[in-house]
Amino acid sequence: MIIQALAFYVFAAVCIGSGIMVISARNPVHSVLFLILAFFNAAGLFVLMGAEFLAMILVVVYVGAVAVLFLFVVMMLDIDFLELRRGVLQYLPIGVTIGLILLIELIFFAASIWQIAPEAANALGAPTPPTAEASNTAALGQLIYTDYILLFQTAGLILLVAMVGAIVLTLRAREGVRRQVIGRQIGRRRELSVEIRKVPTRGGV
Amino acid sequence: MMIGLGHYLTVAAILFTLGIFGIFLNRRNVIIILMSIELILLAVNLNFVAFSTFLHDMVGQLFAMFVLTVAAAEAAIGLAILVVYFRNRGTIAVEDINQMKG
Amino acid sequence: MYAAIVFLPLAGAIIAGLFGRLIGDRASQLVTCGAMALAAALGIVLFVDVALGGANRTVDLSNWISSGSFEVAWALRFDTLSAVMVSMVALVSACIHVYSIGYMSHDPSIPRFMSYLSLFTFSMLMLVTSDNFVQLFFGWEGVGLCSYLLIGFWYDRPSANAAAIKAFVVNRIGDFSFALGIFFVFKLYDAVGFDTVFAATPEKVNIYDHFLGYDVHALTAVCILLFIGAMGKSAQIGLHTWLPDAMEGPTPVSALIHAATMVTAGVFMVCRLSPMFEFAPDALAVVTVVGATTAIFAATIGLVQPDIKRVIAYSTCSQLGYMFFAAGVSAYGAAMFHLITHAFFKALLFLGSGSVIHAMSGEQDMFKMGGLGRHIKITYVVMWIGSLALGGVPPFAGFWSKDTMLDAALLSGSSVGLYAYWLGVAAAILTAFYSWRLLFLTFHGKPRADHHTMEHVHESPPVMMVPLYILSVGAIVAGGLGFHYFVGEGHTEFWRDSLFVLPEHDVLSKMGGEWPDFIGLPTIVAVIGIVAAYVAYIRLPDLPSRFAATFRTLYLFLLNKWYFDEIYDAVFVRPALFIGRGLWRTGDGAIIDGLGPDGIATTARNLARWVSARQTGYVYHYAFAMLIGVVVIMSWYLYRRIG
Repeated sequence: MIIQALAFYVFAAVCIGSGIMVISARNPVHSVLFLILAFFNAAGLFVLMGAEFLAMILVVVYVGAVAVLFLFVVMMLDIDFLELRRGVLQYLPIGVTIGLILLIELIFFAASIWQIAPEAANALGAPTPPTAEASNTAALGQLIYTDYILLFQTAGLILLVAMVGAIVLTLRAREGVRRQVIGRQIGRRRELSVEIRKVPTRGGV
Repeated sequence: MMIGLGHYLTVAAILFTLGIFGIFLNRRNVIIILMSIELILLAVNLNFVAFSTFLHDMVGQLFAMFVLTVAAAEAAIGLAILVVYFRNRGTIAVEDINQMKG
Repeated sequence: MYAAIVFLPLAGAIIAGLFGRLIGDRASQLVTCGAMALAAALGIVLFVDVALGGANRTVDLSNWISSGSFEVAWALRFDTLSAVMVSMVALVSACIHVYSIGYMSHDPSIPRFMSYLSLFTFSMLMLVTSDNFVQLFFGWEGVGLCSYLLIGFWYDRPSANAAAIKAFVVNRIGDFSFALGIFFVFKLYDAVGFDTVFAATPEKVNIYDHFLGYDVHALTAVCILLFIGAMGKSAQIGLHTWLPDAMEGPTPVSALIHAATMVTAGVFMVCRLSPMFEFAPDALAVVTVVGATTAIFAATIGLVQPDIKRVIAYSTCSQLGYMFFAAGVSAYGAAMFHLITHAFFKALLFLGSGSVIHAMSGEQDMFKMGGLGRHIKITYVVMWIGSLALGGVPPFAGFWSKDTMLDAALLSGSSVGLYAYWLGVAAAILTAFYSWRLLFLTFHGKPRADHHTMEHVHESPPVMMVPLYILSVGAIVAGGLGFHYFVGEGHTEFWRDSLFVLPEHDVLSKMGGEWPDFIGLPTIVAVIGIVAAYVAYIRLPDLPSRFAATFRTLYLFLLNKWYFDEIYDAVFVRPALFIGRGLWRTGDGAIIDGLGPDGIATTARNLARWVSARQTGYVYHYAFAMLIGVVVIMSWYLYRRIG
């Protein structure tokens, strides 16, 4: 128990700390790196909760793909160390106030005593099978490929659309680059490309 | 001491608020906004999984996975837009995005 | 036929007023004077027929208002009282129309002047021949309006405009009270015709109305309200401030309106309403006190005024006070008698002073006159006649009426009557003093005007002198001739039922028609006054200035008209202007305009500008706004859940 609590507090503290650093670091690269740290600690929290598949997915997808993407873009755009512009001070008080109100209200709900209603057990969408029966991954898989297959496929479609969209947005047609135009290749006519010339002996073209 | 549902939810709440702060209190560049959005989504995921654990319901984790998927797609598109924007305007400072000023 | 008396002046006024520019000055004068002369002739016939002959009649003209029990008709009531007034008004007005031809001959707007004079005469005649309260009020308001028009006749003079407005506004206060009185009459009697009201009055004697927690004797309240209206019209103390300033108008106006006719409307009204006043003894007492106080008050101010017309104006005010206290002790006949004689000699004095001013090329300050006696002899004689009549020296007209009034006050036996008597006697001394002061300062001694002005001194043309002769005749004989009828042995059958006196109040009958003592107390004090004026202004000319220097405060007090104007200015005018300005700037400007059109417009514009400013173009601002919205909704649900 004590290990569990300790682990929780460590993961939570580091996660929050790196969250703070994400938004307040001066160097954008540092921001991204702190984001990665935040993801790792969130994955740790997931493991603590028993959702190990999700934790690994978090690391693979978020850290391995999304955060790396961020890093690519940050480095590609060569963003300077931007000074804190004066404008933020104008909104700081009210922004902080609103945020604090939000935080206090959320924590008010979050930290209150939660009781599971007795009927809840019957209203579960998909009861978690005990670990002996199926691991977390298996349990998730049993759910995804049966009841929620449509959503799964739709998610795949979304990813496809995102991929296509990203390419469409960022593709630039560069001048002067020679490209294969298949249509033209196939549409080559004999008359335009080959001509028969009578060449006299020892004459040359 | 027992780590209950409330603890996880509190952590999620704080992360959420940090994400919110990141959107409005940053005056630097748009990447910070995108990263704050990721923080928010992370907080939401944490919420889902926490409830899933304590209700013994797998649907929470399932949904968290979908959130993950969408978050990834959205991050990709967002960054693509950012790149195109940078190509056109030459800056990604937040102050300079004011062409819709009415 | 007698209706023509009333409508001839109206016809003259319309023709001269609307077509004056078309027909020209001379024609306007001829039309109006001709109409007035005809009316005056008819007036004399009327007097002989109705007053002396006893042929009362009422000429119904048409219906006016018929609304439920409120029925008002246009009707001309010709009984002794109105016949006396009509003939006097028509005659004096005709004289003054003719006088104006000469006096205003150099004026650029003659048709307008003649039209106003005729219009005024029409209103006054309507007033005195009215058969009900509302028609009386019509005439009342009409004379007020014409007074305003005529005082402000020279409208390019700011002082004239101010005086005209002052006259109208002060009159209005009286008129407001008068209107309240008429409303009260209607409430009490459910009718406004004189016949109905007078017949029903004996039954209403014991009615008490409950008002603001007090039990008020209805008849007394009505009579006092109506009397306050009379106070305004007749310039009694309190509402007198307009009369001296009304001298801004041309002299014929002063003679007509402020000597003979308009100001006497109040006295006429009290006499006409004698059937009501007799049953309200408290109201009569108020009338007596006010009249007596005004008599002495105005006389004291007249002692020190430098302007010739203002002296005569205050004299009018004082003499009206006499008439009111006579009416107050139920000697209505005596009041009317003095009204008639006063009309003659006061109009004479005014027109004579107009002659003096005309001779002095517009100078009105007596301290700049002097020594005119040998230059304008006829005017001088005429002024002497008028002053003798005013002073109450026998056998001139004023003696008969003034002494009768004083005897009536003494014999009435009431305390207010005694008060009136002694104040009247005191005022008589002062009257004689200031009248002879006027004569001596203007006509005697060394000329104080410059040589240039003195060269221009000339007698007025005949068109101005003939009216003076006519009025002088009246000032000499009207008293002796009228005594028998107005207050003497024949007064009951003369007045018949046009004046009503309760037997216990009937002091004129008690006096039995004896002639007043030729060497009575009033005559003696008049002679004392004349001698005092002689001493002060002929024998020891520096006595008045030494007196003024010694009693400087008293002198200034009198010179500044007992500071009434200053008090009214501070108590009424300034606060009213202050409130008005406040309501205009703050109430209207800031509040109504601010909350209304201007405010709404400005608010709309500001709101639009504010909303437009929200469109910053920064997406994170928009996101921030969304966040605020989310927080608000969340807080709302939280609040609902907890609460």
